[in-house]
Amino acid sequence: MTKVSMTVNGRAVSGEVEGRTLLSAFLREGLGLTGTHVGCDTSQCGACVVHVDGKAIKSCTVFAMDVAGAEVRTIEGMANADGSLGTIQQAFQDHHGLQCGFCTPGMVMSAAALLAENPKPSEADVRHYLDGNICRCTGYHNIVKAVLAASGQDVSAVAAE
Amino acid sequence: MHNFDFVKPASIADAVKALSSDGAQALSGGQTLLPTMKQRLAAPAVLVSLTGIAEMKGVCRGDGGLHVGAATTHATVAKEAAAHYPALAALAGGIGDPAVRNRGTIGGSIANNDPAACYPAGVLGSGATVVTSKRKIAADDFFQGLFSTALDEGEIVTEVRFPIPEKAAYVKFQQPASRFALTGVFVAKFGTGVRVAVTGAGQGGVFRWTEAEAALSRSFAPGAVDGLSLSGDDMISDLHGSAAYRANLVKVLTGRAVAAAG
Amino acid sequence: MPKDHGIGASSKRREDIRFLTGRGVYTDDMNLHGQTYAVFVRSQVAHGRIKSINTSNAASMPGVLAVFTGEDFKDVGGNPAGWLINSRDGTPMREPKRPVLAHGKVRHVGDAYAAVVAESYAEAKDAAEQLAADSDIEELPAIIDMAAAVANASNRVHDEIPDNLCYDWGWIEDNRAAVDAAIKAAPHVTVLELVNNRLVPNAMEPRASIGEYFPGTGDYKLTTTSQNPHLTRLLVAAFVLGIPENKLTVVAPDVGGGFGSKIYHYGEEAVVLAAAKKLARPVRWTAERSESFLSDAHGRDHVTKIELACEKDGTFIAFRTETMANVGAYLSNFATVTPTFLHGTLMAGPYKVPNVYVNVKTVFTNTAPVDAYRGAGRPEATYSLERVIDKMCRELGLDPFEVRRKNFITTDMFPYTTPVGLAYDTGNYHATLDKAIEIGNVAGFEARRAASAKRGKLRGMGLSTWIEACGIAPSHLVGVLGARVGLYDAATVRVNATGNISVMTGAHSHGQGHETVFAQIVAEKLGVPEASVEIVHGDTSKIPFGMGSYGSRSLAVCGVAVTKAIDKIVAKGKKIAAHMLEAAEEDITFENGSFSVAGTDKAKTFGEIAFSAYVPHNYPLETLEPGLEETAFYDPANFTYPAGAYICEVEVDAETGKVDVVAFHCADDFGNIMNPMVVEGQVHGGVGQGIGQALCENTTYDDTGQLLTGSYMDYAMPRAGDVPFYNVDYSCQTPCTHNPLGVKGCGEAGAIGSPPAVVNAVIDALHRGGHTHVKHIDMPVSPSRVWQAIHG
Ligand SMILES: Cc1cc2nc3c(=O)[nH]c(=O)nc-3n(C[C@H](O)[C@H](O)[C@H](O)COP(=O)(O)OP(=O)(O)OC[C@H]3O[C@@H](n4cnc5c(N)ncnc54)[C@H](O)[C@@H]3O)c2cc1C
Ligand code: FES
Ligand code: FES
Repeated sequence: MTKVSMTVNGRAVSGEVEGRTLLSAFLREGLGLTGTHVGCDTSQCGACVVHVDGKAIKSCTVFAMDVAGAEVRTIEGMANADGSLGTIQQAFQDHHGLQCGFCTPGMVMSAAALLAENPKPSEADVRHYLDGNICRCTGYHNIVKAVLAASGQDVSAVAAE
Repeated sequence: MHNFDFVKPASIADAVKALSSDGAQALSGGQTLLPTMKQRLAAPAVLVSLTGIAEMKGVCRGDGGLHVGAATTHATVAKEAAAHYPALAALAGGIGDPAVRNRGTIGGSIANNDPAACYPAGVLGSGATVVTSKRKIAADDFFQGLFSTALDEGEIVTEVRFPIPEKAAYVKFQQPASRFALTGVFVAKFGTGVRVAVTGAGQGGVFRWTEAEAALSRSFAPGAVDGLSLSGDDMISDLHGSAAYRANLVKVLTGRAVAAAG
Repeated sequence: MPKDHGIGASSKRREDIRFLTGRGVYTDDMNLHGQTYAVFVRSQVAHGRIKSINTSNAASMPGVLAVFTGEDFKDVGGNPAGWLINSRDGTPMREPKRPVLAHGKVRHVGDAYAAVVAESYAEAKDAAEQLAADSDIEELPAIIDMAAAVANASNRVHDEIPDNLCYDWGWIEDNRAAVDAAIKAAPHVTVLELVNNRLVPNAMEPRASIGEYFPGTGDYKLTTTSQNPHLTRLLVAAFVLGIPENKLTVVAPDVGGGFGSKIYHYGEEAVVLAAAKKLARPVRWTAERSESFLSDAHGRDHVTKIELACEKDGTFIAFRTETMANVGAYLSNFATVTPTFLHGTLMAGPYKVPNVYVNVKTVFTNTAPVDAYRGAGRPEATYSLERVIDKMCRELGLDPFEVRRKNFITTDMFPYTTPVGLAYDTGNYHATLDKAIEIGNVAGFEARRAASAKRGKLRGMGLSTWIEACGIAPSHLVGVLGARVGLYDAATVRVNATGNISVMTGAHSHGQGHETVFAQIVAEKLGVPEASVEIVHGDTSKIPFGMGSYGSRSLAVCGVAVTKAIDKIVAKGKKIAAHMLEAAEEDITFENGSFSVAGTDKAKTFGEIAFSAYVPHNYPLETLEPGLEETAFYDPANFTYPAGAYICEVEVDAETGKVDVVAFHCADDFGNIMNPMVVEGQVHGGVGQGIGQALCENTTYDDTGQLLTGSYMDYAMPRAGDVPFYNVDYSCQTPCTHNPLGVKGCGEAGAIGSPPAVVNAVIDALHRGGHTHVKHIDMPVSPSRVWQAIHG
């Protein structure tokens, strides 16, 4: 066991980990931040996406020790300071961008990374960017719509509400 | 996953030293190695992270072309190579998904030499030079079949040096599940001739399609490969496509790559 | 103005807040004091005889607390089949025991035959690896192909079942000769052989279970990823472990999707409970995705020959099908009904065809069990019908829209009894078809095709007009057909003293939005704010005995139970109001949350009545019990019959074979709509899965029974870039005639109606592009298959 320290959602944290402890496990089991989900073992589903130093990464595919000292942001850190839903989260609720909610944390984190890079993405940009986030419930329609809406674009023309 | 000791050296020299210990293995972005370790198909005793080595990161112009540090992520190459070598940047920007691109590195990709990976086509198609902790290896000598390279035990890729072609493009046809290349073709036109490298299709991994190179060197036009016939004999045949289908894709994608290269 | 409250409003989902902030609590999110970890040892061969398992090395490894093998469970019950099907000759189906852990033989790759429990996950995993190495399993030839399985009597999945056949079912057997004769005499017969590809449900949350045992009371608790906690309790307690039902609580907390795969009871649930008792500590297990691929119940997997007999003008005379349905190595709980009554009874579609006969042979193979997956049987029926109709239209040069119109059951014919035993209560198939043509701008297709052609793409359009039977199910009917359970549902409405309301439902929400939609119904009926209604589900210690969620039944069955309970609340409220207002009960009316005496201004609010029920000072105690809590069980009188018309447009890249779905239009009739936003979401999800089935998803075992598509590296899940925005319309509404909400159910529709629309569109594109030799391509219509078909 080795001690690892990092900043998670603005808070300095540390914990004992093994070499093999994944960041996802450190967040979920070490810190109790269970909003980050694990949906596969081949690094494909994206349920585990968090931000490390501002970039979206799959927390199931990085060792906690490899990101020692980093700034990590998870779904638990996405709400506004007063606890209300952040812009992207609110758009997901407004546009029914989630059903079972399991893929949702990863979707929101990926969407946030996209909008940071590309504040006014096209529909194709959104679909392309979410290539590594699998959702089984929504058929993606309302996820894409929510991300477009979160970017401030008018989505009223998108097929039926 | 079996446990291991984790070390994160800050220099190439220290990394090489750490890798000399028994059962040590390099870890770069981990986007291939971690899933492999989860399946218990790899069980290193020591993992030597290369992501803390500043001298192995970054994209810069150097003699003869573009130098990319081996620990540079796909996302960084996509962004920083765009002004110098757009085809390479586009290749990097088409690997996996954004989260994979934010961790995965060029060094890890070519050291792994997955038969469906994109970078091997870019490196071979460009005729790049692979710089390692102990020597320089021409791309033509580096890739040696499925998951196999010229690297010795404990030798690490530190940089890849790309000559910059006049025109180039990479066209990838995605395998529907993994989104790796079911087949991908990298075409590069230099003053001295054209190079065509194919990934995803060959049973022996990435390869150069020399007939197409000859035809395109004569006439760099999409139609130039139409008359060529490509045998399916040495092509991969699997769930996602037969050898004949892959042979067809190689030809179609080569034409499209030439068209895209302009 | 759309409503902003109650029935018909697109109320935003309240559950979203916790999911969007990472505060949902799924099974694996729980962290229990003293918890231990179970890891299962799974067969690496498809078929093998267990010769010996040496547990001693594993048992002595660091952290290991217990090791279990099939031997430990050989005396407990098997996991039962929920439905008895009889063969054509009247003999009952073959029903091999499905043990908790494989015993004697392993029967598919991934079949769990042992389990290790340890202090940590890593230790359990290490010991499981050791145990696998210490197991001597003699590999036997694998039985994978269905036709070979039935033909080869010497090689058996279950030693006691000679021909690997579960049953040979005919529906309706008495009509067989007449159907044969009608086909023989018909002017035209179209024949199509097709495969309904095997799918892995792939709910994004892998299965997980936590067993607990409380020695002080002898109580057990199972927290598990279930769509129906009471059914799971019944199965694991009464049938398998022999625990008294009232000593076991089953909790299904937040569940990350199910699509059928989490209806069933699985052996892992029994093991964590037994282990928890043995260790008196919580025992948890969470599947890795690779385990899910190997051990979740799969879906579909039919090989079918369908014949359509018709007049030269396309008027249907008969449908006849022969299907082989793969049931896998063991009978999962609903495996026997899915290819039979959920499939054969839909084989008339929305058409007035006089003759239909369905034959299904269900076959054991050395593959994972196959059971209901979103749509369950009905997608298979719809696919066969809509594909063969499309093929017939091409053969006879008929317009697919007109052929459907000509054959639809018309509105004056309801209630309509089909030749396969269902009684459709209501519908308007012409209306949904017309609507689809309108929203799909069919008239503008030629221009779109020309534009695609300019970009080098072949464009095609495909139609599918589907119907399903859902709102599962009338118990008396399914009982006659062999069901071993009732399929009613239940709800308790508890009005609290302060007037807010708790509603306990038998239905379980794993993405469907019950917490919001059921609250809308209650709010509307009781005239209270939605926010004052709380929906409680998923915990057998809190909810009445209901049958859970699947078969598009939550609203049409449990939702009706909720309204029935509300009716009782209102009736009791009137009695209380009559007493308080000193009026006759018959004179009390209830509207907008107020009980009033007709024709006067005397009234009591709902809150006042509730308070009085719990503080019964001025209350008719001699004749009325205090309290305001009612339970209703509702057993539907019939299935519900949603129907619709789907139009898909694709572009095909003929050089690579790649198909892009460029437009998808749905005109559905779901009867009355409770929350339009949620209904649309359900259709989107179903269509997304249907496009997945049509274009990319496939489950492939090799000849030795190894699963080649055992991860997302090879099992192609549809991604955001593989689908378009869908155009969903539900304005054609013929309310269900036999439930008071007039609702039909919308959960499976998209997955039922969409696959044939996609495949028909691909064939259309190829024909328009001159590749008229292509009559059919099996799903998934992958790039390589399309290219092969063009060049074949
Ligand atoms: C979901 C997903 C999708 C992907 N899609 C694609 C795709 O479309 N195209 C594609 O090309 N790839 C794809 N990849 C693979 C990805 O590009 C990996 O990043 C890459 O193959 C390996 O790079 P890495 O830095 O992650 O290496 P690692 O995983 O860290 O290492 C891979 C191997 O290389 C060795 N190694 C690493 N660095 C060095 C070095 N400098 N010198 C010597 N040996 C070294 C390691 O010991 C290990 O054996 C995908 C991966 C995932 C998870
Ligand atoms: S859990 Fe990380 S990608 Fe699936
Ligand atoms: S909302 Fe269930 S997986 Fe996306």
